[in-house]
Amino acid sequence: METQEHAAVQPGRRRLAQFILGGGFVATVVSFLYPVLRYLVPPMLPDLGGDEVVAAKVGDLKPNSYKIFRFGSRPGLLVYTADSEYRAMSATCTHLSCIVQYRGDLREVWCACHNGMYDLNGRNISGPPPRPLDAYQVHVRGDEIVVSRKREA
Amino acid sequence: MFNVIRKWLDERFGWEELMAPLRHKKVPLHKFSAWYFLGGMTLFLFGIQVVTGILLLLYYRPSANEAFESVQYIMTRVQFGWLIRSIHSWSANLMIFFAFAHMFSVAFLRAYRKPRELTWVSGILLLFLVLGFGFSGYLLPWNTLAFFATKVGTEITGQVPVVGHAMLVFLRGGEEVTGATLTRFFGFHVALLPGITTALLALHILLIQRLGMSAPPSVEAEWAASPEKKREMSFFPNFMLREMMAWYIALGILGALAAIAPWELGTKADPFAAAPAGIKPEWYFLFMFQTLKMIPAKVGFIDGEVLGVLLFGLGGLLWLLLPFFDRGERRSARWTMGALVFVVAYVVAMTVYGHVAK
Amino acid sequence: MWRNKQLTRALWLFLLAFFGAAFAAAQNAAQPNTCVDCHSAMDAPLKVTAEQFAQDVHAQKGLGCVSCHGGDATKDDPDEAMGKKAGFRGKIKRTDIPALCGKCHSDAAYMRQHNPSLRTDQLSQYQTSVHGKQLAKGDTNVAVCVDCHGVHDLRAPKDPRSPVYPANVPATCARCHADSNHMKAYKIPTDQFEKYKASAHYEALTVRGDLSAPNCATCHGNHGAAPPGVSTVQNVCSTCHVFQAQLFEASPHKAAFQAASMPGCITCHSNHKIVHTSDTMLGTAKGSVCTDCHSEGDNGYKAASEIALHLGKLDTSMKQADDLVSKAQDSGMEVSEAKTDLDQARDSLTKARVTIHSLDVARVKADVEAGLKTTEKAHEAGTAALQERDFRRKGLGLSLIAILIMLVGLAMYIRQIEKPQART
Repeated sequence: METQEHAAVQPGRRRLAQFILGGGFVATVVSFLYPVLRYLVPPMLPDLGGDEVVAAKVGDLKPNSYKIFRFGSRPGLLVYTADSEYRAMSATCTHLSCIVQYRGDLREVWCACHNGMYDLNGRNISGPPPRPLDAYQVHVRGDEIVVSRKREA
Repeated sequence: MFNVIRKWLDERFGWEELMAPLRHKKVPLHKFSAWYFLGGMTLFLFGIQVVTGILLLLYYRPSANEAFESVQYIMTRVQFGWLIRSIHSWSANLMIFFAFAHMFSVAFLRAYRKPRELTWVSGILLLFLVLGFGFSGYLLPWNTLAFFATKVGTEITGQVPVVGHAMLVFLRGGEEVTGATLTRFFGFHVALLPGITTALLALHILLIQRLGMSAPPSVEAEWAASPEKKREMSFFPNFMLREMMAWYIALGILGALAAIAPWELGTKADPFAAAPAGIKPEWYFLFMFQTLKMIPAKVGFIDGEVLGVLLFGLGGLLWLLLPFFDRGERRSARWTMGALVFVVAYVVAMTVYGHVAK
Repeated sequence: MWRNKQLTRALWLFLLAFFGAAFAAAQNAAQPNTCVDCHSAMDAPLKVTAEQFAQDVHAQKGLGCVSCHGGDATKDDPDEAMGKKAGFRGKIKRTDIPALCGKCHSDAAYMRQHNPSLRTDQLSQYQTSVHGKQLAKGDTNVAVCVDCHGVHDLRAPKDPRSPVYPANVPATCARCHADSNHMKAYKIPTDQFEKYKASAHYEALTVRGDLSAPNCATCHGNHGAAPPGVSTVQNVCSTCHVFQAQLFEASPHKAAFQAASMPGCITCHSNHKIVHTSDTMLGTAKGSVCTDCHSEGDNGYKAASEIALHLGKLDTSMKQADDLVSKAQDSGMEVSEAKTDLDQARDSLTKARVTIHSLDVARVKADVEAGLKTTEKAHEAGTAALQERDFRRKGLGLSLIAILIMLVGLAMYIRQIEKPQART
């Protein structure tokens, strides 16, 4: 970098200025590079995106039982029916947002809050719920039970 | 050490010859010189956008199913993802602000006069591109506000007579705003617009280097009368060092904004939900939006919105061709100053009004 | 065109036909109705306008004035239209109204022609109701079909303007039951509607628009309206509040209430003024329902205070977690996962509040512990969010210091290269 007549300034001052400049430069470069380098390292948990999630492993559930799992930020319901079929749907009751459960004795999905009932397709069949539960698709991949949302347009 | 590198480059690229014009570049010093910083600031912020944008590309997913979740992922799981994303969003707004400020300062200082007409034209086109960046980028997080802002914005585009509907379908990738729109806007935002912008930017900067920095007419006249009063600064290194100071300050402000006022995530867009009440575009479109809202539904036999769109189109065209109207005579100078003051006042007033209106 | 005679003639013919048809159509499409012609110009209570009657569901099905009142709707002369020969019944006596409506509505074969899925037991139900029984004794003060359903502009119950649309039912019942003059002879309270208006059910029905929320008819019956009865009222509540009812059945209160002839759920929750429950109903402090019967020293008192203690713990823990997460969110942190945990914690609290109906302290404790685990998670998430916020601010501070040093260095360097005079 060409400088003009810097020799006229006292060498001590010059060195100080260069020291501060150099030090500041290094400090700022480090404070910018550090976050960028950490950013480039992928996190431990590669999210599968909003599309699908591993709800359980094969063998986790006995027939005619259920599990609540997390789908994004909302709860989901995974049912392993007595006929060894997996069903999954949103677990947020469409009446007042309580978390529903599967009743093995009734073979239906039930909401404890006001006795709302849904069938295994999520359709609201009795009680206060005004709308069905969103149904999800279930695939078994190896030993993982993967629940996915329906594709949007 | 630098000298060694310089010598190496010079022996292979003719480095000194290439850099010579830069060394001789002078910046006029007068009471309006502070405005000269604005162009470089806009360029710097654009650079920030490119870097943070590329970093975001490593994690962002441009499909309706995953876009929102991927941005949420960046904000919550990726190390310093919140920093990169918030800087990108804040810097976008700052860049648009500085682009407008740079444009208005150039207009007020009449720097578009001959021989710099093409610099002005390329600059206005760059401004349109920057607004395009803002509009396309805004949709990418796929949240409720963005979805409906895009819906309204493309709806207005459809009001242009004759070609409006074709433009709407082209922008939306269909009749409605869907995942196809998102993918298309993503393509615009990361490929099409950057490509065109790079070319125009190269032209713009090349022209500036070739034609040198302009001084406003009053200063030019003063210096013509008394040449000893003329004051200049070398661009390299003096002005550039000052610009670097400004850029560092901008970096500090961006960091502070990202840490203290991070850009919010919003809620995931639901195409079937009703639009939230009082939906408004981002501030840089507010003056047009508010104007359109204020035009009555029908003006004579023309639909109000169509009239508004046409008027803004005409206004944009006139603005683009401003140097060809202002030939430098006193009368046109007064007209231009009057028009400028009116435009700035109108834009500011409408933006403020649009912001406070319900 | 005026020169062409044939065309002109055709045009006139067309115009005539058009206006003729329009004129005919304007005259009530189905059949002429001389009743309305006169009665639309009369004053109340004889006034029935064509617009009014057009809204009536019976009119829309093709039934007219003569279907209920007899007479002849084609005759202009009042003596002929309303003569004995025409079978005119005049104003129907109140005591005859249910039977008149029932003539069609209890006839399953007839109703099948119009709406096969409509019930046909309304009349028989009505005859079991207090209204029906009183009417049979000759009391015309009580409600008959037209009082609730309307008449002449009778709308289907699913029409929001019908007086028996679920959200309108309370106001319809209150027309009589809240009128102390009207109810003087019956010695029953007239404050039910006022009390019901303060209830959570009324709020759900009118504010939230939840049509599944109970109105008067839900618990009392509509056609067979009668009070449920002290020993059976909890069957009514348990149709929706199943869990609470099951727990109550298994609890010591069931036998105790029955022995004291106390009306189950109503004892603590009231029948009409069923307000939103709160934790202040529990425990031994002022405002608790437990101390209505229990006093210091007995087992119930002990259980009440323990249950209240446990619930209070969970409630406090949840509020603390909620505060933390909100604070983090206000500082701009992304807390959607912490909020999910909070939702689950809220669910646990709701469950614990239901479990208290078992009066089983251990059971409540178990639910509370489960809930506390979730609130702890939410609490941790909130704390972590706030820590992250502090970390960001510290990082910002450091980088700003670095930038400041850089700025100072730059300024000094600029000064040096531009002011070449030596300084001491």
